[in-house]
Amino acid sequence: MSSSRRFIPALVVLVLLAVLPQLPVPPFWITLLNNIGIASLVAIGLVLLTGVGGLTSFGQAAFCGFGAYTTAVLTTAYGFSPWMTLPLSLAVGALIALPLGLITVRLSGHFLPLGTLAWGIALYYLFGQIDLLGRHDGIAGIPPLSIGDYRFMSGSSIYYVIWTFVILTALAAQNLLDSRVGRAIRALRGGGQAPEAFGVNVARAKLTVFVLAGVTAALAGWLYAHMQRAINPTPFSISMGIEYLLMAVIGGAGYVWGAIFGASLVLVLKELLQRLLPDLIGTTANFEMIVFGALLVVILQFARDGLWPVVLRFFPSKSSHRIRGDAPALGKREAPSPGTPLIRVEKARKTFGGLVAVNDVSFEVKAGQIVGLIGPNGAGKSTTFDLITGMNSLSGGQILFEGKPLTGRSPRDIARQGVARTFQHPKILPGMSVLENVALGAHQRGTGGVLQSILRLERTEEAALMAEAMRQLERVGLAEFKDRPAGDLALGQVRILEIARALALDPVVLLLDEPAAGLRYGEKQELAALLKKLRGEGMSILLVEHDMSFVMGLVDHLVVLDFGTRIADGKPQEVRENPAVIAAYLGGTA
Amino acid sequence: MDFTIAAFLIQDGLTSGAIYALLGLALVLVFSVTRVIFIPQGEFVAYGAMTLSLLDSGKFPATATLLLVFGVLAFLLDLWDNRARLNAPVLLRNVGLNLVLPGVIYTLALVLAPMQAGPFVKALLTIVIIAPMGLYIYRIAYKPLADASVLVLLIVSVGVHLAMMGLGLVFFGAEGLRARPLSTGSFSLGFLPISAQSLWIYGSTIAIIVGLYLFFEKTLLGKALRATAVNRLGARLVGVRTQLTGVTAFVLAATVGAISGILIGPITTIYYDTGFIIGLKGFVAAIIGGLASFPITAIAAIGVGIVESFTSFYASAFKEIIVFSLIIPVLIWLSITVSVHEDE
Repeated sequence: MSSSRRFIPALVVLVLLAVLPQLPVPPFWITLLNNIGIASLVAIGLVLLTGVGGLTSFGQAAFCGFGAYTTAVLTTAYGFSPWMTLPLSLAVGALIALPLGLITVRLSGHFLPLGTLAWGIALYYLFGQIDLLGRHDGIAGIPPLSIGDYRFMSGSSIYYVIWTFVILTALAAQNLLDSRVGRAIRALRGGGQAPEAFGVNVARAKLTVFVLAGVTAALAGWLYAHMQRAINPTPFSISMGIEYLLMAVIGGAGYVWGAIFGASLVLVLKELLQRLLPDLIGTTANFEMIVFGALLVVILQFARDGLWPVVLRFFPSKSSHRIRGDAPALGKREAPSPGTPLIRVEKARKTFGGLVAVNDVSFEVKAGQIVGLIGPNGAGKSTTFDLITGMNSLSGGQILFEGKPLTGRSPRDIARQGVARTFQHPKILPGMSVLENVALGAHQRGTGGVLQSILRLERTEEAALMAEAMRQLERVGLAEFKDRPAGDLALGQVRILEIARALALDPVVLLLDEPAAGLRYGEKQELAALLKKLRGEGMSILLVEHDMSFVMGLVDHLVVLDFGTRIADGKPQEVRENPAVIAAYLGGTA
Repeated sequence: MDFTIAAFLIQDGLTSGAIYALLGLALVLVFSVTRVIFIPQGEFVAYGAMTLSLLDSGKFPATATLLLVFGVLAFLLDLWDNRARLNAPVLLRNVGLNLVLPGVIYTLALVLAPMQAGPFVKALLTIVIIAPMGLYIYRIAYKPLADASVLVLLIVSVGVHLAMMGLGLVFFGAEGLRARPLSTGSFSLGFLPISAQSLWIYGSTIAIIVGLYLFFEKTLLGKALRATAVNRLGARLVGVRTQLTGVTAFVLAATVGAISGILIGPITTIYYDTGFIIGLKGFVAAIIGGLASFPITAIAAIGVGIVESFTSFYASAFKEIIVFSLIIPVLIWLSITVSVHEDE
């Protein structure tokens, strides 16, 4: 992302951060900034989890606790040096997140936060009960961090350690979001169906982001332990977990730097409230929770994307993705020779209870053909489509792809075989650029992992993925919109964007679910021209439609369904004169 | 194991389990109708118990003031929402619902509090004060977010919980309160003494379950709630006012919360933040019920109560740890048995 008016302010903030402890500021400020830095680490993890991934956790404070207690025990009781415990603390954070993530990723989104809520409370009590962890008194005498003979004892010295970690973590998170893995995580918010259909392992993406959030929280805990040099269970309670979430919510959806903003706002506000409120109300207690609670509600009501985007509005930036000309080409599948059978549906049957939605339907799609699957509403077209793409399971019969049965395979697996699809109700990610939406389709043609992405070791592959996405955009004629948010496109363009995304998968066959539905006449013409062009380039297409006139001039072969049964099968001309088809469409008796 | 001890522990577990069952049912009700995971349910319990014990000592319950505050907030929000069409009926309805209703209840509390009326009058007054809070909380926090995702609504719930807990601290202070039982005395069943209060708890729980069942099965509004739970859009298309069903669910939840507070107030000391933990135990039960099944939730709640009473006897330090860890095996079970990937 290239930012024009953001570079200078960012530089100013960075310089300020660097020189602040050298200026004659009260030590209280430095302590506050240290706390903000540590909270920012937790909040960055939560922004990835909540703002980007659409999941959430109330238990991040407990993960902090694991990081802090790991180093506290190892350094005080076993004589480890603080730096040696860093990887161990992070590993413990990951190990604790992993099982909880594993058991909730397949459930609806709200089970993860509820699980973390219950677990967060249980773990807090647990910290206070274990002798090794010093029970409620905690552990004191934790050694400070040191390099050589220099010991980071004072607030203004550990300040630099903390903020170095914050900036590195934020950059790592930023790098991750701008990568293949990051796009998969960003796709989570749109629901699981679509990403699975172009090869993203949704459960793994959820797990990745949850574990990463756990690791950043553990890092914060490790730093906290060496800053305070004494710990007890209190800072790892559920109410702190809720405060971290507030920071992430203020930071907003998908803004890594917003996490730091959110942490600053919450902690400064807390400081102010703890000073002002007792004078106003007359007693000392945790009244800031009323304000924090109300703040959460108000922000979600009026600024669901958080407050950081509001700040960013003052510093507009124009982002544009540069396509590298020297990017290597991605590997391509070998195209089947024209006329070879690709998809064979053999007596496919689907029943829902007593209702037979698809009744022993058979047909074939050959390479280089456009096949139309048509029929009136409720004919079983979409169900047949779902059977081929693995969204629904067969009750009987079988479906073969290139001679191999697809039965029992997941949508992701079917996509990997080279069957790409679009959706009747387009499932795009409106906040992501058009180009990135298409790149998501090429997800499984890349291999870059989390660590590679954070360290930017996958840039060659990333360039190749982007170049491929650009090629597909040019192929369908949407190149000029590449940097626009996909949500800005008109419906007709969105459907074409979905086709480009499907093409980015390097498919053997394209499955289009009512691509012309809701389109204007001109848009239909353009769509038909595009599909003919793709056929000319050797692509095979199966499309579900109910618009007869749209398919007639386009397809090579028509299959007509009515009430779940195939009533006609043949060339468009023959089918049009078939009395059963006329009856089904016009409602007469044949 | 000593049989007597076991019998005691089971009785104890049944008593708290019955309360958790009430809370769990309220949570499932609110979630299925409005998709709100209602974390602040426990605050109604604390408010109910606190109100009753203040009434017991002849003091004016601060919750009545709080109700007035909520009412005024709701009034202002309604006023702002309707600023474009401020005609007499709209205004009248707003004033009546948001100002007159809490005003009347406030006056009622003012008159009744020093009179030291009988325990049932106090209990009834408590319910009357707490129940409308459901209405105002819905209006203030959730109504503007009716289209939001479950996740957003859940985070809002946490905000409401924090605010309500903080307000509880402001209005009740940090000291714990304990209410007087509805009726004192006990009798023994063989060797096992049973207090009258626990009979009240069992009786009320059963009465509420039966009442909810009749409400859902026999009344039009109850059926509208069920329809909303099954399919929001579908319910709207056939003329169900989903706003109304939402409000009803919240008022029912607040009522059930207040009753739970009245029942539990005399058997444990309630602090401003006790409600949260009690409510979360209802959640453990509701999660076991998949946030969907009323009977499984009720049975699970009894189980939670019994597990809690046994662990508090054998490993009291680990009581909360064990109770809250109960949901881990449940999540594993749900995860294994889940068939389709649910989309929100």
